[in-house]
Amino acid sequence: MSIYTYETKKDTRSGFGAGMEFLSLTNPKVVALCADLIGSLKLEPFIKNCPERFFQTGIAEANMIGIAAGLSIGGYIPFATTFANFGTGRVYDQIRQSVAYSGKNVKIACSHAGLTLGEDGATHQILEDIGLMKMLPGMVVINPCDYNQTKAATIAVANYSGPVYLRFGRPVVPVFTPEDQEFVIGKAIKLIEGSEVSIFATGHLVWESILAADILKEKGIHAEVINIHTIKPLDTQAILDSVKKTKCLVSAEEHQINGGLGDSIAQFLATSMPLPQEFVGVNDSFGESGKPADLMDKYGLNAASIVIKALKAISRK
Amino acid sequence: MQTQELISIASQVRRDILRMVHGCQSGHPGGSLGCTDLLVSLYFDAMNLKLDVTNNQVVFNMSGLNEDVFFLSNGHISPVLYSVLARRGYFPINELSTFRKINSRLQGHPTPHEHLEGIRIASGSLGQGLSVAIGVAQAKKLNLDSSVVYCLMGDGEQNEGQVWEAAMYAPHHKVDNLIAFIDVNGQQIDGPTEKIMNNRDLQLKYEAFGWKVLHVDGHDMACLQSCLAKAKQMLGNDIPVMILMKTEMGAGVDFMMGSHKWHGVAPNDQQLEEALSQLSETLGDY
Repeated sequence: MSIYTYETKKDTRSGFGAGMEFLSLTNPKVVALCADLIGSLKLEPFIKNCPERFFQTGIAEANMIGIAAGLSIGGYIPFATTFANFGTGRVYDQIRQSVAYSGKNVKIACSHAGLTLGEDGATHQILEDIGLMKMLPGMVVINPCDYNQTKAATIAVANYSGPVYLRFGRPVVPVFTPEDQEFVIGKAIKLIEGSEVSIFATGHLVWESILAADILKEKGIHAEVINIHTIKPLDTQAILDSVKKTKCLVSAEEHQINGGLGDSIAQFLATSMPLPQEFVGVNDSFGESGKPADLMDKYGLNAASIVIKALKAISRK
Repeated sequence: MQTQELISIASQVRRDILRMVHGCQSGHPGGSLGCTDLLVSLYFDAMNLKLDVTNNQVVFNMSGLNEDVFFLSNGHISPVLYSVLARRGYFPINELSTFRKINSRLQGHPTPHEHLEGIRIASGSLGQGLSVAIGVAQAKKLNLDSSVVYCLMGDGEQNEGQVWEAAMYAPHHKVDNLIAFIDVNGQQIDGPTEKIMNNRDLQLKYEAFGWKVLHVDGHDMACLQSCLAKAKQMLGNDIPVMILMKTEMGAGVDFMMGSHKWHGVAPNDQQLEEALSQLSETLGDY
């Protein structure tokens, strides 16, 4: 069976909260803002440790982004936090002008991204945020895969100077990355070595890709699994090194196919090494209410779908 | 600085504005002329600026730590800000001739993207500047820095919802190191503000949100000076200050006043000549 196991399942947003707790004690320049969702963002420990460095904005996300930009001018490292839908799409122009174009050191840290937000339905399930954010010049886009990696990413982005979109989620998922693993922005992590198909996954789909590789192995197919936690800047070297061996690929993400990770990889490979590619993602549709696992199954964001797409990619070689 | 000196600088700034807008045949002269007296009184009198000069160049400090900072939220009146910054020594006056031209640091709307000294945030898409100013004011408090943050908005800009998010936030969080202005010229692109989207009573609105509100004639330099001095004295009492500044779009050029027509239109050669004849060249044109 898999070389990856886990003892517990945790939500990635709690990894963010743990990262912020660490930063509350270790980096006096880090400040946090939240638009009336402290509990959802797991910010209680940060606020308890340094209440003077927390800014409650109320349900006013546009203002939150502007204030974050201002705090960064004053030398602070603001984390502007809310749900991914309200922290990106709702305030796109504020991020574009006051953060990205202005080159401000603002971290937009958002939970409840994607379908796994669940029962609240499509109004809250943003599936376009990676695309929106990666289109902004200079914006770093990160979607870690589990609790440990989200914690590490939170700490890493505080040490990076420049605008960052950090995306995480609500459901509990296996904690399988090492607690002490260094998070290097823009450096993909090879999880499983393989030779016949490359699976490039981000966020919650990384674990599903590991499961998919196990299923493929039972069929005698050796899939390579690479965790692309940073969608931008994309680790093009890691992608190229992998597909040079495997000659076909699948991308997997909890996001629209349009504008997501797979789209970034395809754009890169089209100009460097065109190869058969299949996409696991939401295909030009909104989500809906339901239990996270049921939604992921219905929209084909699971190990079984990755296996089908991997076989298809192999067949197109 | 003496009132008369400020009036004299304002005349030159108005000339700069007209020549910049004429030079590229684009830009926004109306609001720029209307806010000239305020920006001159701020940068040459009211504001405490740290202008460290090395090799005849101002060393611009992005953080604005321990100095007063100004944010222009209605970024389309960039000509007045550029002229005042250049005349104050932030960058070479000759650079004003590059306004809105290719490869210029003087973009149509201000931006720090081109590293122009004096600009700390991009503005142009309206409604965002007050939020940014509040953030800087709160950073100053964390830094135990007692200097002041200023922010200018337009009256048409009050249509934007984000302005009212910020208006609600500042008194709630006791941002009392902030002085904001609204340029009440009564005009926006499609016509008079009361016809396009009536602001009604801005004093009542801001007072209801928890601000102290002052009024000033934006073209009476002595009044501007005393109003700014009064506003500064009001700071530090948990309450931000809003100054409703009555202005005339196109102020200083008779045929540009009293209408929204000159909001975003450049004068032709003849109009420029006529306009310049109404303004003395006090500091030398660029």
